[in-house]
Amino acid sequence: MRNRNEYTYDVLVIGGGPAGIAAACAAAPHARVAIVDENPALGGQIWRNSFPARQSHPSGPWHNRLQQTQATRLHGLRVFDAPAFNTLHAEAPDGLHILRYNKLILATGARERFLPFPGWTLRNVIGAGGLQAMVKSGLPVAGKRIVVAGSGPLLLAVAAFLKSHGAQVVAVCEQAPPRQLAHFATSIVAYPSKISQAVQYRTQLAAVPYRIGWWPVTAHGKSQVESVTLTNGARRLTLDCDFLACGFHLVPNTELPALLGCSLHNGFVAVDSLQQASVPNVFCAGEITGIGGLDKSLIEGSIAGYASTGQNSPARKLFAKRNKALGFAAAMERAFAPRPELRRLPAPQTTVCRCEDVAHELLQQHDSWRSAKLHTRCGMGPCQGRVCGAATEFLYGWPGESIRPPILPVRFDTLAEAEKPTAQH
Amino acid sequence: MSSNCDAIVLGAGIVGAACAMELAHAGMSVTVVEPGVIGGGATAAGMGHIVVMDDSPAQLAFTHYSQQLWHVLAPQLPPAAEYETPGTIWVAADEVEMQEVARKQSIYVTRGLPVRVLDSHALLHEEPHLRPGLAGGLLVSSDAVLYPPVAADYLLQQALSSGASLIRQAALQAGEGKACLANGDILSSPRIINALGAAAPSLAPGLPVHPRKGHLVITDRAPGFVRHQLVELGYVRSAGSGTADSVAFNVQPRKTGQVLIGSSRQYNAHDKSVDHQILQRMMQQTRRYMPGIDKLSVLRTWTGFRAATPDKLPLIGPHPADPTLFLATGHEGLGITTALATGKLIRHILTGSGSEIPVEPYLPARAFHPTTETAHA
Ligand SMILES: Cc1cc2nc3c(=O)[nH]c(=O)nc-3n(C[C@H](O)[C@H](O)[C@H](O)COP(=O)(O)OP(=O)(O)OC[C@H]3O[C@@H](n4cnc5c(N)ncnc54)[C@H](O)[C@@H]3O)c2cc1C
Ligand SMILES: Cc1cc2nc3c(=O)[nH]c(=O)nc-3n(C[C@H](O)[C@H](O)[C@H](O)COP(=O)(O)OP(=O)(O)OC[C@H]3O[C@@H](n4cnc5c(N)ncnc54)[C@H](O)[C@@H]3O)c2cc1C
Repeated sequence: MRNRNEYTYDVLVIGGGPAGIAAACAAAPHARVAIVDENPALGGQIWRNSFPARQSHPSGPWHNRLQQTQATRLHGLRVFDAPAFNTLHAEAPDGLHILRYNKLILATGARERFLPFPGWTLRNVIGAGGLQAMVKSGLPVAGKRIVVAGSGPLLLAVAAFLKSHGAQVVAVCEQAPPRQLAHFATSIVAYPSKISQAVQYRTQLAAVPYRIGWWPVTAHGKSQVESVTLTNGARRLTLDCDFLACGFHLVPNTELPALLGCSLHNGFVAVDSLQQASVPNVFCAGEITGIGGLDKSLIEGSIAGYASTGQNSPARKLFAKRNKALGFAAAMERAFAPRPELRRLPAPQTTVCRCEDVAHELLQQHDSWRSAKLHTRCGMGPCQGRVCGAATEFLYGWPGESIRPPILPVRFDTLAEAEKPTAQH
Repeated sequence: MSSNCDAIVLGAGIVGAACAMELAHAGMSVTVVEPGVIGGGATAAGMGHIVVMDDSPAQLAFTHYSQQLWHVLAPQLPPAAEYETPGTIWVAADEVEMQEVARKQSIYVTRGLPVRVLDSHALLHEEPHLRPGLAGGLLVSSDAVLYPPVAADYLLQQALSSGASLIRQAALQAGEGKACLANGDILSSPRIINALGAAAPSLAPGLPVHPRKGHLVITDRAPGFVRHQLVELGYVRSAGSGTADSVAFNVQPRKTGQVLIGSSRQYNAHDKSVDHQILQRMMQQTRRYMPGIDKLSVLRTWTGFRAATPDKLPLIGPHPADPTLFLATGHEGLGITTALATGKLIRHILTGSGSEIPVEPYLPARAFHPTTETAHA
């Protein structure tokens, strides 16, 4: 029999994005620290495949800083359960890993929100961040016509990225009303780094139309998307494309904090000034406490890392910067809030739950997520509502259901806490 | 507000829904009271195995009768009820359990059930993912499987289309011809049926019904991995034990291609959360019978509460201390199977219509000891 993988750390960080990396860097000089991520490498969403990167890349200094610590990196481990006091279970290709901790820092990030509209399940209609990740893993897009639509600053980042990879970005369409966005643009004057980033994207996308107040209503095509019709409420416009990159801002990955019993507020984990959640010894940082982008994740991660090892004064030194980042996050939350018209996008037959193929008209008959789930199988497939949950919450106003282990699909023997026999020849 | 009807059914799990349907079909004006999702209680947690069981002659008569009712109803059920007849294989691990196979076979044959004894080889032929070396089994090909919450909703819709009405409220009190609801309304009726499942004692203090917690695990789609509902015969020992926590190998093929895995039984566990220790025991027991299950992907786990009675038979009929109060609870791990028969018996008791099986073994009076009776009279 193979040994079980069991570890104990003073500080265990879950999530290897900017927030988790910053937390590990801050805590590691004072404690035995491990940082865990499900991907083959650290970096999270924004630094995927660029950690390590060139020194000039923003991730460079963080990579060096982490290198200089003794922090253990555990890649390819998906945390799926919290079965006992101060214990997490994770799955890796070699089976179960048991992770024990004194302090836990959760930095599990965010995912894209998908909203259903006719044609959204066609091939090559892909999340904006999702398409970016596929290109980073080798999908060629040179010469492909791509419409980027939906909501959030991610659209511009992805459009600029796709263009730099040779794609022909046909248009970037942001659903937020122009007035709402203008207000946001004025408010970010307080955040010079954001402005320079926005200016940089706009320069890169000089020839690409940026249509504010436009949203997709139908994707057309036989087996894969061939064109998309967009509207601004008054006019319609159909654009030919090979890909539709479409996501409606981000929603936090709160399954693990919820499983641990952390209180949520408006869908995000509630934390105090030291990033402590309502459950003792649990700290949360980054997108799970509010969508705020890179700066907020790095600052909150640092505060959580310091606070988890009792370094309260360096933590406090970051409060002012964090408050600023929180102001930006709040402005962003208002600016990119989905407009009510998006609730009317799905046609009666439009699929809302892709795993179980459940149509809008079936779901409309229910008054709660649980009722819909039990009677239509919505959210019962492999994604367990991670995709359609955000859509049903927005479309029908249903809050999500209680969280139960496993929070991610996991092999039977891993959940059974079974020891695997060593390979026999 | 106060209103009057022929019968009030409290609870719209599969049992309450079946009672409401029968009474509405009998021409009664029926009001169903349910605060939650239809079939959202134990009905949503259960495995949906429509199974003939023979722990006692009364249980055998009841489960067999109800299964026949399901067979008749099956063509009318909506596709989402996922009704199928994969049959059950009672798996015997060793020669001692093969004797149980022989005993069971002789009983099932006398009731005309289609059964076949499988030897070790035939068992593996039917279920290639079982561990080699098991002694054999008994295949009962008439046993069925369905998806309980949709079936419950179908039964309730039948009641509603025959004139029943549904009130989305919790009942706070029931007895002496009145049901008081959470919103302050009082419903009056000479017949109030408590079909609250494991929660039945909350409106009928002193009722000898206790929650018996169970855990379930569901996998991702793996069509054909399991072909019949498979239950270890050791289950007879485990389910029979009145007090100790127990687990048994019990897996079910779903129409979706998923595998649903039971079963555990715990007393004195009132918390809905997943108990990792018993879950693990249950999964280890499953691996012992089906090593290949290791590689399937688990999507979800959950728990539910069976309404257990001391003699493992349901309580169906008048409450001994209140002539306006009727019980339809205590179905333990068989309430999906026996819901339709329960509806028939309630109809018989309330309307005097003929009954195809004797009601006596299920009447609640047997379970009330004289002391409890006076205490709550
Ligand atoms: C698809 C996508 C693409 C994005 N692209 C950009 C971009 O190009 N530019 C930009 O400025 N912003 C982008 N963002 C926004 C991004 O969320 C933030 O900029 C920043 O990366 C947030 O950092 P974080 O550390 O809070 O979370 P993340 O970077 O999201 O890191 C969280 C990490 O935790 C891991 N994780 C989560 N749950 C578990 C678990 N149970 N077990 C193990 N590991 C787990 C995740 O896989 C992830 O690696 C993107 C967001 C998304 C969703
Ligand atoms: C793990 C497990 C596996 C099982 N497997 C099987 C199987 O394979 N085959 C089988 O035949 N049986 C099985 N069972 C048993 C079966 O699920 C139950 O016997 C059956 O669901 C009982 O139905 P019910 O309507 O009596 O109870 P429930 O479904 O619990 O319904 C009771 C209803 O009453 C409502 N209620 C509660 N309080 C009030 C109130 N104050 N006022 C109004 N309404 C109220 C609840 O909301 C609920 O909807 C299993 C059970 C479990 C737990």
